[in-house]
Amino acid sequence: MAETLDITGAVCPVPLVHNQQIVLGHGSGGKMAADLIAKTFLPAFDNPALRAGDDGAVVDISTGRIVLSTDSHVVAPLFFPGGDIGHLAVCGTVNDVAVMGATPLYLTVGFILEEGLELSALERVTASMKASAAEAGVQIVTGDTKVVQRGKADGLYISTTGVGILPDGRKIGGAQAKPGDVVLLSGTMGDHGIAVLAARGELGFETDVRSDCAPLNGLIADLLAACPDVHVLRDPTRGGVATTLNEIAKQSGVCITLEEKSLPVKPAVASVCEMLGFDPLYVANEGKVLVILPAESAEKALETLKKSKYGADSIKIGTVSAAPAKRVLMRTAIGATRVVDMLAGEMLPRIC
Amino acid sequence: MEFTTPFRDADLVRGVLAEIRRTVTRPWVLMEICGGQTHSIVRHGLDQLLPPEIELVHGPGCPVCVTPLEQIDRALAIAARPEVIFTSYGDMLRVPGSDRDLFSIRASGGDVRVVYSPLDAVKIAQENPSKQVVFFAIGFETTAPPNVMAVLQAKALGLENFSVLVSHVRVPPAIHAILGSPSNRVQGFLLAGHVCSIMGYWEYPELAEKYRVPMVVTGFEPLDLVNGILATVRLLEAGKVEVANGYTRLVTFEGNKSAQKIINQVFMECDRPWRGIGVIPMSGWSLRPEFDAFNAEKRFDVADIAPKESLLCIAGQIMQGQKKPHDCPAFGRECTPEHPLGATMVSSEGACAAYYKYGR
Repeated sequence: MAETLDITGAVCPVPLVHNQQIVLGHGSGGKMAADLIAKTFLPAFDNPALRAGDDGAVVDISTGRIVLSTDSHVVAPLFFPGGDIGHLAVCGTVNDVAVMGATPLYLTVGFILEEGLELSALERVTASMKASAAEAGVQIVTGDTKVVQRGKADGLYISTTGVGILPDGRKIGGAQAKPGDVVLLSGTMGDHGIAVLAARGELGFETDVRSDCAPLNGLIADLLAACPDVHVLRDPTRGGVATTLNEIAKQSGVCITLEEKSLPVKPAVASVCEMLGFDPLYVANEGKVLVILPAESAEKALETLKKSKYGADSIKIGTVSAAPAKRVLMRTAIGATRVVDMLAGEMLPRIC
Repeated sequence: MEFTTPFRDADLVRGVLAEIRRTVTRPWVLMEICGGQTHSIVRHGLDQLLPPEIELVHGPGCPVCVTPLEQIDRALAIAARPEVIFTSYGDMLRVPGSDRDLFSIRASGGDVRVVYSPLDAVKIAQENPSKQVVFFAIGFETTAPPNVMAVLQAKALGLENFSVLVSHVRVPPAIHAILGSPSNRVQGFLLAGHVCSIMGYWEYPELAEKYRVPMVVTGFEPLDLVNGILATVRLLEAGKVEVANGYTRLVTFEGNKSAQKIINQVFMECDRPWRGIGVIPMSGWSLRPEFDAFNAEKRFDVADIAPKESLLCIAGQIMQGQKKPHDCPAFGRECTPEHPLGATMVSSEGACAAYYKYGR
């Protein structure tokens, strides 16, 4: 046994302050979690309902019906030209509520954070969500955070749920398309899908394509004020315009015929698609809306859509008829007709 | 896009179609050899606008479709190994093997990655020295230069953890097999423009002479295709047998000689089974013995693979031009792009997938 015990060098180990990276403790529900809420989430999303700090948010609503929609976002990379996962998480859910004809008011948000995520990345995402929510005029009123072990997630996943108010008498939905209607699209196809693909850096070439990710509730509100007779609104996200129109054709029991010549695609998107063997009709959009309404209202609708910065390239792309029911057809540029089917599984680049 | 737009000009295409109608006097059966051409024809609806005298049958030129089942089963067995990163062109992932596909290997924990170029697979091998990186080198002559380049580069880098599972096929022996078949109906060929951009078309005059069948090197855009059809019909109507070049902006008689040189340096001709068709003598390319170190079939023990093909699938007859996809009782019923029974329903170049997708 030692004669003396030298204890002058020993100190009580103070835990490290984890203010650079997410660690499991941030999801513990304890002090670190509270800190994350106080320093990161509250400043970004600040509003009375959130500030109350209760288990749920209490919000005021006017009379009418409520529209609810939920979406989970798992995009890689988290940041891409034209947007990021936060912008996407707000716009995606705002748009899903808006295309029901409702006015989106509130969002809830769930974060799944991977251990090791840079806090600065999370802060960039929350700042982006703040800006998107402000533009869309919605409040993020309640949320949740979980942290999973490194390797169990891809940096950051975000789930959002949106609440909106649907005015009495408004009936917009995928089953409302009628023979004689026309199909409008609020701009070019495939910008988001190609921007994200390019941002992954796997293509071996660079493009200047930017994601079209945008909140469309303003544009949709203006459209519905000008043209209350809109039958269908839908945002053609994953699966693209072709898949969304197939869903509508089936729901409404109608035939939708597209004009190949009028389908809007940016030259850069068209080039990437040519090289990889993709069809822009199947590539994702995050800031476009398909509008189906009676032919006599088409001109007014286009005029209204074009006034918005998100609808400047709006164009009529097709018509609705009774038969063959539940089909989407295309008049090709050279005058033949073919079927436009849904996307089967994952879109794969072809061999040569 | 400015490179393709003029070749999709509707007025020009309609003009050539009118000329085809004026030229044709009796029925002709033409085969477009390449799956890319099949897709373009059906996607743009060219087949609907041709005069009824002209029947297009679809050739075996889809590299994904003709990759033999045993080779896919080998790929699946290799990809399932824990030490392997298996890399492939995208559209191979959904091709069914005897009981699974590469997607299900990935879902069960296999490391299966889509690459856009085989050189990306070499890079993955450099970055993962503790893993065995395998590239599924399939395709016709078109993909041979990048595939052999990957082997040459891996050799130059001294990589010991890179190998290729080769299933290469060549067009001329397939044409020979089709024209030599007693049930052959094909009277004229649209040759595959991209294959000829590598190989030239010096291999074809002998075939054309032997079987008295005209051939026209043809591209993939609507205007290329109708021009190729018009040129073939003109030759047929005039009773001429020759090999013409309708894709001069990309193809020369000799082809790309540097590409041919490296192909011959790495590959040698071999007998190759074609899925649904059977073995076509000397129709494939395999690695020369001096590249054994990069041969995945030698590196992994995958010799005793006994494939089980679906009994319903008639892909072989379709790829020989004897039947159309809708002649198959399983088409659109048991066999769809979501649940393919054969590879012709999977690949973006497969005839069945084209018919299904574009509603024929």
